[in-house]
Amino acid sequence: MTDLSAAPGAAGRAKTSSILEADARTRRRNAAEARFKLYGMLAVATGVLALILLLISILSNGLSSFRQTFVTFDVPLSAETLDPSGNRNPDEMSKVSTFGYSPLILNGLKEALSARGISVEEVPDADLANMISRAAAADLRDFVLANPQVVGETLSFEFLANGRIDGFFKGRVTYESAERDSNVTPGQLRVAEAMVAAGLMETRFNWGFITGPDASGQRPESAGLGVAILGSFYMMLVVLVLTLPIGVAASIYLEEFAPKNRFTDLIEVNISNLAAVPSIVFGILGLAVFINFAGLPQSAPIVGGLVLTLMTLPTIIIATRASLKSVPPSIRQAALGVGASKMQSVFHHVLPLAAPGILTGTIIGLAQALGETAPLLLIGMVAFVREYPEGLPQGLFDPASALPVQVYQWTQRSDPAFVERASGAIIVLLVFLVLMNAVAVLLRRRFERRW
Amino acid sequence: MPVLWIVLVVLAIGLAGYVLGRQRALAGVGGDASHLHSLPAYYGYNGLLFAVVPAFLVMLVWLLVQPVYVENRVSALIPDSAISESSTRSLVMSDVRRVAEGLDAAVASGAMSGDFARDLRTDLTDVRARLGEIGVALGSDVSPEVLIAAQSYRATSGTLSMAMTLVVIGLALAGLATAYVRTTPEYRARNTVEAMLLALLMLASTIAILTTVGIVFSLIFETIHFFQKYPWQSFFFSLTWRPSFEGGSDLGLLPLLWGTLYISVIALLVSVPIGLFAAIYLSEYAGPKVRAAAKPMIEILAGIPTIVYGLFALITVGPLLRDYFAEPLGLGTSSSSVMTAGIVMGIMLIPFVSSLSDDIINAVPQAMRDGSLGLGATQSETIRQVIIPAALPGIVGAILLAASRAIGETMIVVLGAGAAAKIDLNPFEAMTTVTVKIVGQLTGDTDFSSPESLVAFALGMTLFVITLGLNVFALYIVRKYREQYE
Repeated sequence: MTDLSAAPGAAGRAKTSSILEADARTRRRNAAEARFKLYGMLAVATGVLALILLLISILSNGLSSFRQTFVTFDVPLSAETLDPSGNRNPDEMSKVSTFGYSPLILNGLKEALSARGISVEEVPDADLANMISRAAAADLRDFVLANPQVVGETLSFEFLANGRIDGFFKGRVTYESAERDSNVTPGQLRVAEAMVAAGLMETRFNWGFITGPDASGQRPESAGLGVAILGSFYMMLVVLVLTLPIGVAASIYLEEFAPKNRFTDLIEVNISNLAAVPSIVFGILGLAVFINFAGLPQSAPIVGGLVLTLMTLPTIIIATRASLKSVPPSIRQAALGVGASKMQSVFHHVLPLAAPGILTGTIIGLAQALGETAPLLLIGMVAFVREYPEGLPQGLFDPASALPVQVYQWTQRSDPAFVERASGAIIVLLVFLVLMNAVAVLLRRRFERRW
Repeated sequence: MPVLWIVLVVLAIGLAGYVLGRQRALAGVGGDASHLHSLPAYYGYNGLLFAVVPAFLVMLVWLLVQPVYVENRVSALIPDSAISESSTRSLVMSDVRRVAEGLDAAVASGAMSGDFARDLRTDLTDVRARLGEIGVALGSDVSPEVLIAAQSYRATSGTLSMAMTLVVIGLALAGLATAYVRTTPEYRARNTVEAMLLALLMLASTIAILTTVGIVFSLIFETIHFFQKYPWQSFFFSLTWRPSFEGGSDLGLLPLLWGTLYISVIALLVSVPIGLFAAIYLSEYAGPKVRAAAKPMIEILAGIPTIVYGLFALITVGPLLRDYFAEPLGLGTSSSSVMTAGIVMGIMLIPFVSSLSDDIINAVPQAMRDGSLGLGATQSETIRQVIIPAALPGIVGAILLAASRAIGETMIVVLGAGAAAKIDLNPFEAMTTVTVKIVGQLTGDTDFSSPESLVAFALGMTLFVITLGLNVFALYIVRKYREQYE
């Protein structure tokens, strides 16, 4: 009772603690706190790092595909080989196949090389001819058949260099790797270096990659994205034309008019489930319904567009409903109060106010559809298509490719030059996606209203 | 008449309907709109909708039904004797279609006259050579039965298309006339138009149901076909997957399912901790600036198409894992492996897990945090012992949704996981998944009567059932949880 200061040896009593100095338990708890926070930071950093790594990997592999090595030299278009009958009739001249044109290109190349004093002794003729793209003879033939009057002249032409030679200037092929590669010899590389020094060969921006059609596995250098971009564009057009009206109509019904009953519940459950169905299942649906049942052509943008429409609809319906919901009820009540019908209040007041949100949602849905690959594989979009589809509306039924599918196709080919091209195609795809998303963000910033 | 032209004609009639309806309504009251029941434009819309809607609906149904009808009719024309033993009726029908298309092309290009194509006979003309001239390549010579069937195919579709043109345009005109006759100043045009609009809106919203029905039916029918040709016991329980197009293939689901689940588990092991911790950090610790910078960065990952991840797996992650882990450890020499696909898929799922968990963590009432902090808990203790338990059902729901994504993912596994179907524990071994095999069995030229391609539908059905089950379960959990706090 009075013994407050006593008990100097009171055993078992905890040491007095100071608030200036943390005890062991507090230290442990604080350390745990710091560790926990660190885990969080690490997780965020990992996510960001993964994004950066992904972009670096794609960019470092793909940027070089926009540049290509070209060879420029004079080709004598000898009349004896190209037009044996001598009357410049394209129909008769078309009997000369590309095999007739290859020697001309080789001769032109040899002359150009010897004129500049480049020694080709160690390189046999076949290897020399291989330095030019296999597409060159066909290109030359097309040009001559289109302009028969040039036969007999000597004109300067620009050809694509073979993919391996091109790879040499991009660092993909080296003298060491050429020793082991049956498709390219060190001798060819030495000639190529000499040609660059002499100004016969140069590497520069290649529009053909963006606008040209695909090429076979033997000639990666001339493969382009033109058909795929056009096909993707057609599909996006179909998706836009179908999803926007249907999606908006469905959302208006569900959000503004639908009574709460079994049927509308069923629709709601359906929409949320469809949004999570794997995309490949939509491909099976497209194959079974649009191709096998309705008999639409394979590889056609219309089928791709329809499949992607069904896939995008749930996304757009969800976005549209959210933006309809964000319009305050006072707007509807005011419209009803001055005598508008329910339909008028929706179409004249609610819908215009929700339009920016709907548009943003639509663009994001389209961007999703643009990158979708799996369902397109099943409806035959993997076919090798070299012809551009025709103009609208006929072009919707012509075979075409699509950007992401083109990427997939290029990854399936053996020539390593196609890896570069696949990454390049992805850069093009990502540029489109960034543009679309930027438009969506701008629209939202510009028009979004906070109530 | 091509469909596009019919559409344009009907639209033109609809436009006329708008103008006529409006005019007639105004004329009925001498130009004074205030005596009309509805605004003049509604009388116009009334004319437009009456002309266009029934015509288009009939056209849509007609276009869907016609091919099936023609197919059945023509197919009945082919005698059983014309179908050789190695062939089937559907193969012969595809020949018939090709010949019919060839004849159409020949007539369109002017190489044959319409009468000539109709009266063509195999004993008088070499049909294959004639069609070859205009660029229609046929696989074999045309038998008389096929030619007759093809001609009947052309004739029937021609007649039916003609009939459709007449019926559709007739309906549009009839609709226009009905609307015109009914238009009087007392006519309640607005009510009719709004009722029709509401019906259209309702129709649009049923497309979601139609899609589901379409998916289910297309899967069920072909799956039944498959099980008629291949025993279901071997599909569900066989441990080997060895399709061979000569027949006698083993089509066991288990190796594919094993690969799918193995890859999904690795993907979840990557994405769940990272996504969850990222969500916790961003919602509980990060300041507004960090949050504004890091959250969109992580969400960009969700907007990147899966083919990009696939390529990333193929050219970067795969070789990296092979050179630095698999080969030094002696676990394999393949750059496509379960690990490659799993890690890349995990990266893809990070934003999915983090944004869902973010929403859920934010939904936990602030009072619970305040209570815990007020009792002296540190922030991490609050999160671990209060917030996470409160948010657990939602987080489990998010993980289940992520799992369903992982199971249904295609492009990453097509490019990253390999194509060898085996049951193995080594994560650096190439394995394959259900989705890879669906793509494999259905791309290229496939014959839809062999079990080797039909199996893809059974695989699709399996996939659909698994992911649907996961989704429904996840949504149920999330919904149940939400009710607690609202």
